[in-house]
This record gives sequence, structure tokens and C-alpha cells, in this order.
Amino acid sequence: MDVAVPLFRMEGVSKRYGGVRALEEAELNVHRGRVHAILGENGAGKSTLIKVMAGVVAPDKGRMTLEGQEVSFPDPASANNAGIVCIFQELSLIPDLSVADNIVISNPPKRFGMIDRRAQRRIAEEALARAGGADIHPMAPVKELPLSRRQIVEIAKALARRPRILILDEATSALTAADVVKVFAVLKRLRAEGLALLYISHRMHEIAEIADECTVFRNGRNVATYLTGTKTDNEVVEMMIGREYSHVFPPKSPAVRSDKPPMLEVRNLSWMQRLRDISLTARAGEVVGLGGLDGQGQRELLLALFGVLKGVSGEVLIDGKPTVIGSPRMAKSRTAGMALIPEDRKTEGLMLPMPVRDNLSFAALDRFCHGGIIDRTAERKAIDEMIKLLSIRSDGVDVPVGSLSGGNQQKVVIAKWLMMTPRIILLNDPTRGIDVGTKQEIYQLLHRLADSGAAIIFYSTDYDELIGCCNRVLVLYDGAVKRTLVEDEITERALIASALNIAVEQVEAGIKPAINA
Amino acid sequence: MSSDDARPAMRLPAALRRIDPAVAIAFGCIIVLLLLGSLYSPEFLSLDYILQQLKVASFLGVIATGMMIVVLLGQIDLSVPWVVAVGGMMSCAATAYGEIGALLAIPFGLLCGITLGIVNGIGVAYLRIPSMIITLAVNAVAKGLMVAYTGGFSPQDSASAAMRFIATGEIVFGIPNGLIVWALIGTGAVFLFTRTSFGRAIYAIGNRERAAYLSGVATQRVVMIAFAISGGLSALGGVLLAGYASRAAQAMGDPYLLQSIAAVVLGGTSILGGRGSYLGTVAGVILITLLQSILSVMQMEEFGRQVIYGVVIIGMLLLYGRERLLR
Amino acid sequence: MSDWRYRLAEQRGTLLAIAIFLVMFVIYVSNHPAGFTANVVQTAANKGVLLALVAMAQTLVVLTAGIDLSVGMVFTLTNCIGSYIVTGSMGTALLGVLGVLVTGLMCGALNGLIVIYGRLQPIVTTIATGSIYYGIALWLRPQPGSDDNFNSDIADLMTSQLPGGIPMSLVALLMVVLVVWLPFRRSAVGRAVYAVGSSEVAAYMSGVPIRRAKFVAYTLSGLLSAMGGLYVTFITYSGEASFAGGGSYTLFSIAAVVLGGVSLFGGVGSAVGAIFGALAFRTIGDLIFVFDLEALWQELFQGVVLLLAVCIGAARLFQVRNRLDLFS
Repeated sequence: MDVAVPLFRMEGVSKRYGGVRALEEAELNVHRGRVHAILGENGAGKSTLIKVMAGVVAPDKGRMTLEGQEVSFPDPASANNAGIVCIFQELSLIPDLSVADNIVISNPPKRFGMIDRRAQRRIAEEALARAGGADIHPMAPVKELPLSRRQIVEIAKALARRPRILILDEATSALTAADVVKVFAVLKRLRAEGLALLYISHRMHEIAEIADECTVFRNGRNVATYLTGTKTDNEVVEMMIGREYSHVFPPKSPAVRSDKPPMLEVRNLSWMQRLRDISLTARAGEVVGLGGLDGQGQRELLLALFGVLKGVSGEVLIDGKPTVIGSPRMAKSRTAGMALIPEDRKTEGLMLPMPVRDNLSFAALDRFCHGGIIDRTAERKAIDEMIKLLSIRSDGVDVPVGSLSGGNQQKVVIAKWLMMTPRIILLNDPTRGIDVGTKQEIYQLLHRLADSGAAIIFYSTDYDELIGCCNRVLVLYDGAVKRTLVEDEITERALIASALNIAVEQVEAGIKPAINA
Repeated sequence: MSSDDARPAMRLPAALRRIDPAVAIAFGCIIVLLLLGSLYSPEFLSLDYILQQLKVASFLGVIATGMMIVVLLGQIDLSVPWVVAVGGMMSCAATAYGEIGALLAIPFGLLCGITLGIVNGIGVAYLRIPSMIITLAVNAVAKGLMVAYTGGFSPQDSASAAMRFIATGEIVFGIPNGLIVWALIGTGAVFLFTRTSFGRAIYAIGNRERAAYLSGVATQRVVMIAFAISGGLSALGGVLLAGYASRAAQAMGDPYLLQSIAAVVLGGTSILGGRGSYLGTVAGVILITLLQSILSVMQMEEFGRQVIYGVVIIGMLLLYGRERLLR
Repeated sequence: MSDWRYRLAEQRGTLLAIAIFLVMFVIYVSNHPAGFTANVVQTAANKGVLLALVAMAQTLVVLTAGIDLSVGMVFTLTNCIGSYIVTGSMGTALLGVLGVLVTGLMCGALNGLIVIYGRLQPIVTTIATGSIYYGIALWLRPQPGSDDNFNSDIADLMTSQLPGGIPMSLVALLMVVLVVWLPFRRSAVGRAVYAVGSSEVAAYMSGVPIRRAKFVAYTLSGLLSAMGGLYVTFITYSGEASFAGGGSYTLFSIAAVVLGGVSLFGGVGSAVGAIFGALAFRTIGDLIFVFDLEALWQELFQGVVLLLAVCIGAARLFQVRNRLDLFS
């Protein structure tokens, strides 16, 4: 097993989407028998990189070589045939087919031209066992499995293809800790067998445990490649985000002391098994953060507050008065005055083919209406104001909002809600996939909004944002508030420790190497 | 993930950029058809002929307006055939009830159509039944009711004077009243789409219902009202048709289903919803009416007409109705 | 025993359709003046099989998350062609049968090619092609008619009654299921069709041959409609190009497909379910006669039953807890 010569090599690969450079002269070497981690912020190009490798997307230029031979992949099937298999987060499972059907989908075993179900079952069971999913029934329809099980099926499916290079794209984000242990055992075994593994994740502790070497991507470029353990976490973070990051957050305003009842108060909110007895308050001028690992109920909490979920128990009080919010329409109304910046701007926040103008005025449309008829001048004035206020860069207001960059799209979503002059603003990971410049603008905006008296609840997967923007942070674990951190208590260590449900003292004391940021 | 699917906009002058290529092509085809027809006979370019065509087109135009509203939502209304018939038959039935009946004939016919539309709307908006199915079922129920009512025979009642007037009369300068009705409905539709929050909501729901819902729009109510309007307009079409022929007829609405869908689609409205302008639907309606008329003047046999009809639709859609590639 | 549990769950829609049909049929036969006799079953079977074949055709396209509004017209066209070429000696008649089936294949293939390579939406494509097929049918048979040389032997054979009172039509239907549907279902391309209908994006990412799957689905659909058209030729010995008739078959096939548990969103359901959906739908219509209700009420009855069936199916949505799940 010659480790020196790379099995796969990517040179000078570039890819643009409109005005956005997803990859810029990207370079990568992948070796047999090694786990190679890829780190980078959202939008750094990691996702595009593997899509190019997996044949999902065609690069604009550059070359790829496999075993020294130049290759190109016109579609995912050809990449698979070459031995490059990618495990996506769950996009490639067919919901209405069974687990076994899915595992063999690209090459089902056949007998006399028909699919051999028994052979299929054997292959599926074997693959599931290898992937740590022996408890999953091969005949279960995939759509009925919870996300963590589906991830295991996705891994089994990849293994059944007998790959030479296995790419995992945030493959453990939906897994429980126990599952991760099992999966890592599988990956280590595969590594020993000579498989090349590409592991994309933002979980530093996982990378420390499994990876042999790491590559950092920033702005579509390969910034550095190094052996695991040879760089400190701070150095890695600096490489990921670039030096300009340190003074990005506006100074926080001290929490307001007031006799008035809090603008928003939640008591004992519960829903299904996903939200357990959550209570919180948010005063005017406060920025309350929601932290914790992915999928602990943060999104559900925001949806529950906004009236999207049915069967929610508990009380919500606005300005001290119990209020029932049964739909986004009611949440938006003057009594509640809530706004929700949703998780996925493309499918939940915007109508992409519609013009910027229509998207901007959409939530506040009733304000410009008399008897259902739109007052175009008033609407236009408000739109122009918002564009100026948020510095939205676009080619005029009549272009489809889908043609704007991610950052500007998100600004349109925020502007849409600001037109309503909301008093309570809920944000669901608003800066995901946004460039640094726009992020700064959004932080400034939140600061101004808080100063002008809004109560803000801010869910973010980025620790720095929580530290930089919030007066208080509620860390959620398994649907309940595990810990509340106030002002100076909000540190990275504390956030991580609470997220992982470990006492801060333990972390400070000696578990550092294992957690390792 | 910075993988926005942005594409640089085409660099056309701003004025031209606003014209939907589909609408332009549709109108272009109308002109081509008229010219081709004039080769056959100069009658084709006469005012009389054009007005006659517009009068016939107005029936389809009214019905297609309703269909367009529903298609913009990303849905379909397959109950058109028998809601049209209900409109025609019920308004004639009311006429048979004497003075008051004749007075209320048109509103009654419309009301029946609106009621059926509301049933469709509730099914689609609140019960989340695919529109194809619920409108199919409502169509069958409407047919059943009408067949039962007429005893299987041709409806015997005649149209009221008012019905005949709006379908065949002429108030202004020799312009057929039917056309005026269509023009009024059309103006209303354009106003609805461009100047009201309801119209804006329709486009939004057709584009991305999820985002519209999360923006605080009462999406269910909008969908239900849209179907109610479509039902009402189909019924109005039936009233006009009954007025034109002085009576209703079994299966009077059958040809209008495919024609209204074709008119809407040929006018550039996407069958998936969220995109389309009323001007395009007008073009589509006129195009289809012209096509049928020219083929009949050429004494093209029915079979030839059917084939050409299908070929033209596919041909034009291949020009501007194609979906994007997956990659 | 959880294997059986999964197998049952997978066929849920089909089993429900079978149950509905059995209930309807028992009511029908027990109230029929002649009772459960061979002739009653024969008549019911002959009519039911026609819709069943067209419903199978519709199923194939609906599985890919499409819809085929031309099935009734392919049915009509193949009927008219059959009335001309299923003539002469047994040999030429059999060639004629082959010709009819090939016509159906070609109609389906044309639909498929336009949808796949033209990238047009199935609903508008099939409206247009349906018009074309009907036009050709009308050209062939401007008036209903038959050929003097029509080979009635084949026709009689296919519509006869076997010893024991079993209608040949049912046997023929069974053969179609065994020879066409089951091999398709168990083949790789059949699975690809389900995958494409369930999630075209995921299918693409998984390297499923999407274009081949859609092409096969549309082509087989044409073949099945042709079988229906052939069969009606056997029953009537003639060809008739009726727009209303063809249109009815199309719309009823959609109803049959829904009753049969096939999801209009694609990826779920079976042609067997659609067959029972069709049979149930036909039987419902016939219940009118059996209960001595006016024939006039048949349409209304069928419509109301369809409406109810569809609304009951929607009852599941009341379990939804996150309203965002209501939107696709």
C-alpha cells in the first residue's frame, strides 16, 4: 500500500454559480488507507468539492486523476462505477422503497433478468451489519425510519457499492453518540482495509478522533493541509475564517432592567417528544440565544412559537397576557407582532422566481392595502427604504430574487419581516451559508433592532455568534433547556460543555484532549 | 453552502425584458394564422370575421380565466365540463319559473357554479386532496345531478332574455356583448393579479406554498376562494353558451376542458403554477379559437382538426414550455 | 413474523382495493335477480376488464409521478385499427392483433419521448397527443363500423366462457398481469420507475436510469391501453371513435387508480390495486340497476362514491403535527 502516491488528485478545479465562486483553483490529494478530513465554514466550498468528485456537478475547469489516469464524471453513476461513493445527509434515499431496495438500488442482483430478492436481502443485511445497523429491518420503508436510522442506511448503501474512496458529508450530524461510536469503528476497519476516506464535518472532536490528515477550505480554495494534531484549534479556526474575524460583533447593550412584564414569556412548552417543558423569557432589547447540538429542539421551539405546530401544550404570554398563536398569520398580527426568519431561505423564506419587489413586500402587504387593493406608491416607498436600510445589492427590484447572492437573499427575507415592524423576532440559523461581510451587516442590524426595543430569539449553530450577539443563551439538549448562560458566562467551553451535557468544570479540568473544542 | 443556482440575466433592453417570450410567440402565431388564412380567402382579415371570432372566443375566454387562476396556484380544475353545463342548465331552469325566475336566472346559475367551486376548494385547501381527483369527482357529481334533473333528455328550458342579451346582443358600436363580458372579466382578472393582495398571494402560493404560509398568508382561504371563482366563471361560460344557443344542451361543456387548459398553457402560464400573465391567456384563447375556425372554414374534417390541434400545442410548447435540465 | 407485517404494509393500498371490490361485488350479486350465475359474472367481467386494462395503463404513468390523459384515446385508436386489421384467416388475424399492440406501444413511446426529451409536463403532453390519436381514430372510423372480413373466431374465443363459468376475459386479464405486470415489477427497470416517482432527485443521485425508466413506463402504458382497445374490438366486433367514450375511459382510469391505492404523487401502488379499483368502480355503477334505482342516478351515485372515497382517504392528514409537512 503505497501511501506516498495519492489515489485521487484534484488540481485547479473551479466552479462558479452565477456570480458566486464556489470553488477557485481547488486542489486535493486523497491517499489510500487514510481518513482525510475537510474543514471549512459554510460556503467555503466543501459541498461543491465533493459534488464535483461524486459527479453530481460538472466543474468549469480543472482536472481530476484517479490512479494516475485523468477522469471526468458526467453523472453520479459514472463516479460510482469508478469507485467513488458519496454518503450524503439523506438526499439519496428513495422514501417509498424499502431499506434493502435502497441499498442495492444502483446495481440490484439479478436472476433471469428479474431482481433476486433473496440475494438482495443478503447483501442488505451484510451491509447493514457492517454499518452498525443490524437492528434495522431490511424490509422497512425508508420513509418510516427516523433520521438517524436513515443515515445508517445511507452508509450501508455506500458500503454495498464496494468503494475505493468513500466521502462522508456531515454524515454523523443526525446520529446519536452511540451510533457515532459504531460508525467510527466501521470507518477505522475500512481504513485498515485500504479504503480512502474523505470526512467532512465541523465537529472538531470527531475529526481529532478519526482523521489522519486535514485540509482547510476557505472561499473555495485549499488553504492548508496538515496532519491531525499538528495544529492547535485556534490556528485551525483562524485558517477557516481568516484574520478579519475578531472584531466583527458590535458591542452588546447591557440587559434592560424594567418593571414591565417581559415581551415574551413561555411557560412549560411541550410538543410530542421533541420539546419538553421549556420555559423562557425575553425582554424588550434582549437578544436571547438558543444553543446546543443540531436537532435538540431549537427549530421546533421557534416553529411552535410561530404557530406552525399542532398539539403544543404550555402557555405563551405576550406583554404579560396569555396569547394563543395558532398559525403564522396570528403570529404576524398586531397582538403578537412576531416574525420568523426561517431555516431554509430558498424553500421557506422566498419565492425564488418572483421579483425582489414582490418578495420584499409580501409579509407586510396588508399594510399597504385598503380593502384588499394594494397602494403601489406606498409599497414602492417602503421597498426602497428597506433596500437602503439593509444595503441589499441587486440589479433592480424587478429581477427574480433567485438571481441574488445568498447573503442578499437572506437580507431580503429579513427586510420582508422588518417591514412589519415586529416586536418579537425569531431567527432560525440566519447566517448559515452567508459570506462574512453580510454576516457582519446582519449582526449590526440585530443590535440596532434590539436597541430599538425588539425582543430577539436567535438560534445559531455558530458558537461565535452566540457569544458575540446574545445577552443570554439557553442551551438545549434533547428538547429541554439544559443550561442558561448569562453575559460573561457565555464562552465557547461553556457552550460546548452544555451542548454535550457535561459539566463545565469537568471540561476545564482534564477532558480537554478528548473534546478538543 | 454557496451553491446558489444564479444565472446572469440576459442583457435585453429593459422594456423588451418585461415581455414574456411565450406571450410574444402566441400573438405572433395569431398573426401568422390570420395571414395564412387570408391566403385562403381575404375574408379572414375582415372586421366582421374578427369580431365573430372574438365573440366565440369570449365563451372560452371566460372559462379559461377561471382555469388560469387555478393553474397559477399549481392546481387543475377538471370539473369545468359539467360546471359549465350546470351554469347553463340551472340558469335555464330558473327561467322556467316565471318572472322572478327569469330575473334571477343568471345569478342562480353563477351561484350553482360557485357552490361547486367551493366544494372543490374545500377539498384541495383543507382536506389536501389532489385537485385532479376532487375536481374529477365533483365533475362526476355535477354530471349525475344534471342527468338526473333532465331525466336523461335534452334540457327543455329556454334561456332567459337577459341571457340571450348578454351572449348575442350588441350594446356598443356593433361589439358583441359576449366580448364585453369577457373584457370586463379580463379586466377584473388583471386587476386581481396585479393590484390586490389576493392576486399576489395566488402567485406566491403557486411558486412556493410553504414560504407563503410562513409569511403569514391565509393560504387555505386563498385556495378555496380561487376555486370558487373558477367555478363561478365556468358557470358564467355556461350561461353565455346557453344564451347564445337559446337553450342548454347535454355535454355542452365537454369541449371546454381541454381547450381551456390548452389556452392557458399556450399563453405561457406554467402548469406547475406561479408564473403567467393574463395577456398570454387572452392570446391563447384567441389562438385556439382562430385555429378551430380556420380549420373549419378550410372544411378540414374533424379528424384533421384534432390532429393539427394536438400538433400545434406540442409544437408551441416545445418552443417555450420546456423544463430545466436536472444538472 | 415481521416480514409478513412489512409485506402486508407494502400492499396496503391494493388490499384495501380488493376489500372494497369484494364488498361491492357481494352486494351486487346478492341483490341481482339472477344471482351468482355464470352469465352475471361474465357480463360484469367483460365490462370490468376493459376499464381494468386502461387503469393498468394509467398506473404505469402515475407511478412515475406523471399522468396520462391520452389513455382513453389510445384505447379508442387501437379499437378502430383493430376493427380493420383483425381480419381474414387466423394467421392474418393474429398479425392484426400484433399490429394493434404495436400501435399502442408506439403511441406510448411517443408520449414518453416528448415528456423525456422535450421536457414537457405529462399533463399537457398527453392532452395534445390524445387529440392526435383521436384524430387518427376518427379518420379511420368516421362512423362506427366493422370489416366484413372480421375474424370473429378470435373475438369469440377471447370473450367466451370457460367450463366452470369462468369468463375468458378474467383469464386474459390474469395472463396480462402475469406476463406484463409481474415481470415489470420485479425487474430493475420496474424498480427504477418506482424510484423516479418517489423522488427523482434521490433517484438521480443514486444513479438510477431515469430516462429509461420513464420511457419503459410510457411505452408499456401504451401497450396496455392497446390491449384494452383490442378487447373492446373483440366484444363489439367493430370500431368506434367516440370522443366522449374515450374521455370517459381516461377519467375513470384516474378514479380507478386512486381507488386502487396508487398515489398520484408517484412511487406508491400497484397495477393489481388499480385493477380492483376499476372493477370496484364498475360494480358501483352497476349497483344502481340491482337496487332498482333509476338508471339516471348511476352517474350521481358513482360520483358521490368517488367523492366520499377520496375524502375518507384524506382523513389521515388530521394526524399531522407539523403543518409544514402538509406542503410538499
